Amino acid sequence: MSRAEGAGRGRLLRSELRLIFGRRRNWVGALVLASVPVLIAIAVKVAGSSSGDSFIFGQITDNGLFVALAALTVELPFFLPIAVAAISADAIAGEANLGTLRYLLVTPVDRTRLLVVKMTAIAVFAAVATLLVAAVGATIGLAIFGGGDVLTVSGTTLGFAEGLLRLVLVCAYLTLNLVALGAVGLFVSTLTEQPIAATIATLVLTLASQILDALSQLSVIHPYLLTHYWMDFGELLRDPLSLAPLGPGALCAVAYVAVFGAAAWARFTSADVSA
Amino acid sequence: MGPTSTLAVSSSGLTKRFASGQVAVAGIDLAVPTGAVYGFLGPNGSGKTTTIRMLLGLLHPTAGEHTLLGEPMPRGSATVLPRVGALVEGPAFHPYLSGRDNLLRLDAADLTVDGRTARARVGEAMDRVGLGHAAAKRYRHYSLGMRQRLGLAAALLRPRELFVLDEPTNGLDPQGTREVRSLLLEVAAAGATVVLSTHLLSEVDQVCSHVGVMHRGKLVAQETLAALRTRHAPRVVVTTTDPAGALAVLTAAGLADGRAAAGRAGALLGDAAPEELVAALVGAGVPVSGFAVEAATLEETFVELTGEGFDVAG
Repeated sequence: MSRAEGAGRGRLLRSELRLIFGRRRNWVGALVLASVPVLIAIAVKVAGSSSGDSFIFGQITDNGLFVALAALTVELPFFLPIAVAAISADAIAGEANLGTLRYLLVTPVDRTRLLVVKMTAIAVFAAVATLLVAAVGATIGLAIFGGGDVLTVSGTTLGFAEGLLRLVLVCAYLTLNLVALGAVGLFVSTLTEQPIAATIATLVLTLASQILDALSQLSVIHPYLLTHYWMDFGELLRDPLSLAPLGPGALCAVAYVAVFGAAAWARFTSADVSA
Repeated sequence: MGPTSTLAVSSSGLTKRFASGQVAVAGIDLAVPTGAVYGFLGPNGSGKTTTIRMLLGLLHPTAGEHTLLGEPMPRGSATVLPRVGALVEGPAFHPYLSGRDNLLRLDAADLTVDGRTARARVGEAMDRVGLGHAAAKRYRHYSLGMRQRLGLAAALLRPRELFVLDEPTNGLDPQGTREVRSLLLEVAAAGATVVLSTHLLSEVDQVCSHVGVMHRGKLVAQETLAALRTRHAPRVVVTTTDPAGALAVLTAAGLADGRAAAGRAGALLGDAAPEELVAALVGAGVPVSGFAVEAATLEETFVELTGEGFDVAG
């Protein structure tokens, strides 16, 4: 690939990101995502922590970084998936719905290249959404509760820098899992010209996965569920740090990206574009 | 050199059957000479847009093959399509982006252009279609005519050798229609081939050198506009109480395809002089109450080809 060609490829991705991050709808979504840590911080400040709180919520008054972790925990089942589902399901279906897909394809944009660019943009969005929640949470948490040593689940304490690193690792793990959801959304997006339908379908799949995961009678299928390993990020709060417990979750996420990415490719590269 | 080397667009047996079983395009053999302004005519639903979508690689043909600019498609897409400017089934852009940002996005998708010249080229294309003043306006606030112009601007983002334009004057006012037609003639004069899909006869009449007529998925005629005009040579029509006598005179004068009916007789005029025919009729004692030379209009020719009327307004 020549340098000019490489730059050409970068242009479409930048355009894609501008489209996502320049859209007012997505700014509203970001505002919702960012309001949760603010809400948590204020609630804990006003009412104090109670004995019924989980480990993460219980630590907020001691260290502001835990506001970020608490917000991620709260937003993981629904708010973060809804954001990623909306973006990924819009990827192809949105362009098909507007008719802009046909003009991209006759420019021409190779269909495989378009999928790669769309998937990359979804991954960037998933990372930004996760980091936004974490950053707002950490900022308001540190402002209100201060940041000292970080208590681990194992009972030891970590320095502030080490605590911050753990938070970044949590974000990385959650991003990977949200990218897996994004791959599912991208595949659904190649099936329809209705972005809203694709968003809802992707969300339904996510919620169905969570429901199935809650039924112990179905434990045999649990290891294959998209959402099964999401809460494993708590393993990152142990001392000493071990990434091994995150292996199954990471593997599951990579498998989802591979399978649904391939399905999206097979569908999109053979589809008639009549929109 | 093969015959395709002089054809900007060619197809053989190009067919599209949809999953529903409907055959939208039934084995058409297109031949658009390089440099032609090819009017792709047909009533709505005759298969024009489906054909264009297949030509551009948006739909996979059920059977048949085609070339664009001499290259087999869809294999040659990456090298051919950058040289093709297209307007397919109306303009389509992101509503919440400005006209300029929409064009910048399309330009960003093109691997064969230099991103550093994007702004200049976008500005130039918008000026060319008369949208310079509305470049920063959101697409959603564009009128139908402005949208159509923006679609044309996208086709003009870079020099092209072939334009495939589906109903480019749709939604334009008379002034806009004239501007688009002069734009077409301008790019054609610069050497580009233009395939102009339309249901407007006047459009074909004014700008096209070649015509292909679609009817129910079939290409029922394909020739130069001049040849199509002479396809229906002028006929002599005599109104008379003695059709048989009139027919005898016309036949004796050497006119071909003579026919007689109640109250009238007619034949192909050919090289005969109408005034001499009148004299001959009167000399033979045929009571002539009417005499006319009727040339079929383009519209009549198309109605005959397709059995359907065309919108001749606009």
